[in-house]
Amino acid sequence: MEGIDGSGKTTQLALLAKWLKAAGHPVFQTEWNSSALVKAATKTGKKKNALTPMTFSLLHATDFADRLLYNIIPPLKAGMIVLADRYTYTAFARDTARGVDRRWVRELYSFAVKPDLAVYFRVPIDVSVDRLMARRVKLKFYEAGLDMGWSAQPLESFRIFQGKVLDEYDRLVDEYGLSVVNAVGSITDQQRVFRRLVSQHLEIAHDDNLDESA
Amino acid sequence: MTTSTNPPEETGANGGGKPGHYYSYGIPYLSIDNYPGKLIAIEGTDGVGRSTQIALLREWLEVQGYGVIETGWTRSELMQPTIDLAKSSNTLNKLTFVLLYATDFADRLEKEIIPALKAGFIVLSDRYIFTALARAGVRGVDRAWNRNLYGFGIAPHLVFYLRIDEKTLIRRVLQSRGMDYWESGMDMKLGDDIYESFRAYQRALLKEYTSMADEFGFRVLDARRKVEVIQDELRRQIAAFLAEPDGPAPLPSKAE
Repeated sequence: MEGIDGSGKTTQLALLAKWLKAAGHPVFQTEWNSSALVKAATKTGKKKNALTPMTFSLLHATDFADRLLYNIIPPLKAGMIVLADRYTYTAFARDTARGVDRRWVRELYSFAVKPDLAVYFRVPIDVSVDRLMARRVKLKFYEAGLDMGWSAQPLESFRIFQGKVLDEYDRLVDEYGLSVVNAVGSITDQQRVFRRLVSQHLEIAHDDNLDESA
Repeated sequence: MTTSTNPPEETGANGGGKPGHYYSYGIPYLSIDNYPGKLIAIEGTDGVGRSTQIALLREWLEVQGYGVIETGWTRSELMQPTIDLAKSSNTLNKLTFVLLYATDFADRLEKEIIPALKAGFIVLSDRYIFTALARAGVRGVDRAWNRNLYGFGIAPHLVFYLRIDEKTLIRRVLQSRGMDYWESGMDMKLGDDIYESFRAYQRALLKEYTSMADEFGFRVLDARRKVEVIQDELRRQIAAFLAEPDGPAPLPSKAE
């Protein structure tokens, strides 16, 4: 699952997991930048705003390597469905938006397992901002790209940074064949599209109930 | 684990690196062209006396009026606690091991090495990326991938390799600080016998350094000789390098 903050991908992922579990599929969820290993360094770096685009990139790659070996490969070997809230494409989009070399970051992640399906929840920057503001989300320093010094104002910085991230995602859609879901539609509409995409990869009956209720 | 692409090796750290420039793609937002500083790396395994030699070199260079900055391997403020933590737990695997060290290097490169080169310092690096390449090589990390990873590194102006033989190395390490779990390759489970595992690891490391010595053009010094003899040789070669037309000028010395 890919998409910028406020794209609704986490909501969509939770609904998808419910559906898969209800259908009897063993599901394993893993989240970007969540390993205990790099937590200390990320915390130190973020607190002191000491991360450069390169160390930011490498720390996330370390986190990913750790999760790949402990949280992604073992469940796959055990025949489970691994749902990843963000994957390597997040690194490609964010790190490149921060000025890291586009080729280098792709080669960095060449040890990753290619996903069976990569879904990108595409949303215009205004919709993303509206959603985050409605939830009164406090924009975080790095997520808003404040480390780049493009604007001292968090919201403006977020728009500039995430705008660049969106441009990178568009490039990735073609390069890696990401499946795009229009993330502006209703939650149910998006979920229907999402389940249809996933069911193409699974031996699972499509959920007619959802279609009818919508 | 699958490797989707095997990029050409020329895109990573390799012997063709131009001194003072990035090996490969580099860091696009940090241009380092025509910086006046010089980067000198002292490489070698444990127990070859790198830090003693560096301390003596620093003194010698500073007396001549050169600004000197030392940097080491795994000393960044950002990563030190994490690397210590990772080493003390059992969750570290070869991939995260390599990436943690690369992160540490990136931090020092951007915050210490590049600013120092920009300001015209001579940077004496106690170990450099070759240490990382050797350790990863021994652990079977994909060679092309690892060199691409370090493609953001800067090729040093000079690399001295303090070489010792396996027998001397083993005795010196045992004498100094004993067999450290990670740096003795205990994670590799080369054998049940701790000493045999340690020896196999050190032997494999030496082999990695030897193959890089040719490729990267290391200046090889026999580290079994006396400290003063090695120091004299280092000074002779560094003095010759600094005397080259594009070298940094020392301060005129009143003492002479």
